[in-house]
Amino acid sequence: MSARVFALHGGLIAVLLALHFLLPVYHHGNFARVMVLACYAIGYNVLFGYTGLLSLGHAMFFAAGMYGMGLPLHYLGIGAELAFLAGLASAALLALVVGLLALRTVGVAFMIVTLMFSEAVYLTILLAGRWTRGDEGLVLARPERVFLGLDLSNPDIRYLVALGLFALCLVGTLWLVRQPSGRVLIAIRENEERAQLLGYDIFRHKLAAVVISGTISGAAGAAYGLMFGYVGASFAEVQYSIFPLLWVLLGGAGTIIGPFFGVLFMFYLIDLSSGLTSAYMLIAGVALVLLTLFAPQGLAGELRRRWVRWLP
Amino acid sequence: MTDIKTGPANPSRRTAIKTLAGAGAAAASLPLWARYTHAQTAEPIRIGFQMHATGIGSAYGRWYDRTTQAAARLINEAGGINGRPVEIITEDDGTDPKRGAEVVEKFANQHKCDIAYGTLFSHVVIGSAPRAGELKLPYFVVSEGHHVASGMLNRWTVQPGITDVKSQVKSMAPFVAENLGKKVTMIFPDYAFGHDHRDFFSEAIAEQGGEVIAKLAIPPSETSFTKYFAKIPRETEVIYHVMVGPAVLTFVKEMGEFFGPSRPQIFGFIDSLEAVDLASPGLEFLEGTYFWEGMPRYAQPDQTEFDKHYREAIGIDENGASVNDPKDVSTYAHMFGCWETLYVIKAGMEAAGYAGPQDRQKLIEAVEAMTEWPESNEHPQGPKLFNGKTHQVFGPQYISVVENSRLKVVQTAAMETGFYPDEVDYTTQSF
Repeated sequence: MSARVFALHGGLIAVLLALHFLLPVYHHGNFARVMVLACYAIGYNVLFGYTGLLSLGHAMFFAAGMYGMGLPLHYLGIGAELAFLAGLASAALLALVVGLLALRTVGVAFMIVTLMFSEAVYLTILLAGRWTRGDEGLVLARPERVFLGLDLSNPDIRYLVALGLFALCLVGTLWLVRQPSGRVLIAIRENEERAQLLGYDIFRHKLAAVVISGTISGAAGAAYGLMFGYVGASFAEVQYSIFPLLWVLLGGAGTIIGPFFGVLFMFYLIDLSSGLTSAYMLIAGVALVLLTLFAPQGLAGELRRRWVRWLP
Repeated sequence: MTDIKTGPANPSRRTAIKTLAGAGAAAASLPLWARYTHAQTAEPIRIGFQMHATGIGSAYGRWYDRTTQAAARLINEAGGINGRPVEIITEDDGTDPKRGAEVVEKFANQHKCDIAYGTLFSHVVIGSAPRAGELKLPYFVVSEGHHVASGMLNRWTVQPGITDVKSQVKSMAPFVAENLGKKVTMIFPDYAFGHDHRDFFSEAIAEQGGEVIAKLAIPPSETSFTKYFAKIPRETEVIYHVMVGPAVLTFVKEMGEFFGPSRPQIFGFIDSLEAVDLASPGLEFLEGTYFWEGMPRYAQPDQTEFDKHYREAIGIDENGASVNDPKDVSTYAHMFGCWETLYVIKAGMEAAGYAGPQDRQKLIEAVEAMTEWPESNEHPQGPKLFNGKTHQVFGPQYISVVENSRLKVVQTAAMETGFYPDEVDYTTQSF
């Protein structure tokens, strides 16, 4: 890893650590939330930004992580650590099954198949209302939310754990896309036929990307449930599949730091504009249109295009 | 149990750093915001109103807002609370649990509100309550969900202004069994709200010697209902329906087409038709059917002076619509909960001698100690009994029949008919 790549990504983590001591309480809480959601966006970016597969159903992986963690924790009392692993396993398994089926399609069909699978997961959560409490969801009690001895209802600990998870996802994907197999994903995005001609097993690489992407998204879902004490079906709804797409597009698809800035930008765009007018979604919409017009590659993508060519 | 620290960040920064230096845990130290100081007593009492301004709850949100603003205005005209004016700080939660939790944080940490208030939709309450509990922010919900009394939330969450679905449903069963029939088919949306009705009513009607002979769960995305009507058993005497959402008009129209003139008795919850004009085309079939109402939408011949005062203050005509626009129908069966909750907050703050966020625990304890509120300008829906252990209020329920596209009250179910054994004692939980 070159020094400047290391400095940039390490610097972002260091700044976020410094912000822990500097941010006012409200923004301190927001940043913890943004970092967990950024993990979701990072997971999405592996598939969309690096492999070129546009999924419209990623909420199912976020929800699989959340419910895979929340249900055994709530009903079986297996402890937050095991529950988190159960969340990861649920998301990974779901991603494997969905990947095996959905990757038989390409392009628009892939989008529609993932959307349909996600809708099926959402309806399953509603239909299993006896355990999931349907749309109302479940509250995870504070004693259940102690992870490796850390009380996740404490705002300081929550921030630092969110930062730890975010750093892990950031560094992990940075490592991944610089591996030979990660390069193959980029090759698939750029020219799938050519990559196939070169002898790469396209299906296996794509499947691996779906599973990695789904697992990271599931980790974000499990962490979100543990940190904020709520597991609900609304996180499996279609808008939670659209959000990561928007975040990644805004931040810069195919960049490592882009998803974080996409989430941050979108969060504060809504938070600030809702303080100005009740028609804040209009402001958000106009801002998104403008950004798409003038920075079509997203914030970090534009940065790479204009000034920082080496940005991974 | 009384290990309470009020406000989001109590220890002074110096104490925090000293403690942490000792512990050698610098990474978990308290950041700058630990210097937060509490509101000055001369300032207004800031009530964070979590409003469903957008999303599926927006029709309710609009009227919850109008009710809230009217009650706050009257409270201020009468001298405020403890001599301080009330300021309503409104934030839209988009009827979304994630945003709801964020809004609660915003109230506590940015707007420095004394309390949060006003949430209606159950999933938003349940998504937000854990954060209110962690922030030690009194959270007064107006939701009618059973989530508070079921014990799934926490000591900081209270529902003193509106009865919960369990008591509403329970108090309807005697009327249904005695007047409409004992063999009931239930039609309900296949999610938590519908499941609550299914479970609570099945139990309640059995206690009255009746039975639910079919339970038809409608998937949330359904747009056509005729195929479900074919499943209604022939011996059905009463259809009980609680459909909610934009499909309700289609539901009623198709039910009318299916049954024609020979229909069983029909009983529903007005939740389906809140903010909907009963004279809307397609609703003619509802003529002669019965509804639960939290508070009668149409001014009744025996209208109380309290109801009159309440309507005038908000700007609602005798048909339950805005005085400025007769087509703008209110959510009259629910929104009284905002009004009554604000007056409970006022009474609670006065009883607790509330001076600022350091007294938040005292406020909860003062509300828990309350028991009765008579029917009055402050409680226009009817007399109330508050259960401090379960944080849930009980009150009368109204049963109305549709006559000439208006709702006429035919029976008032006494609050005792909605009682059920306590499922939680929040007062034993620590703050």
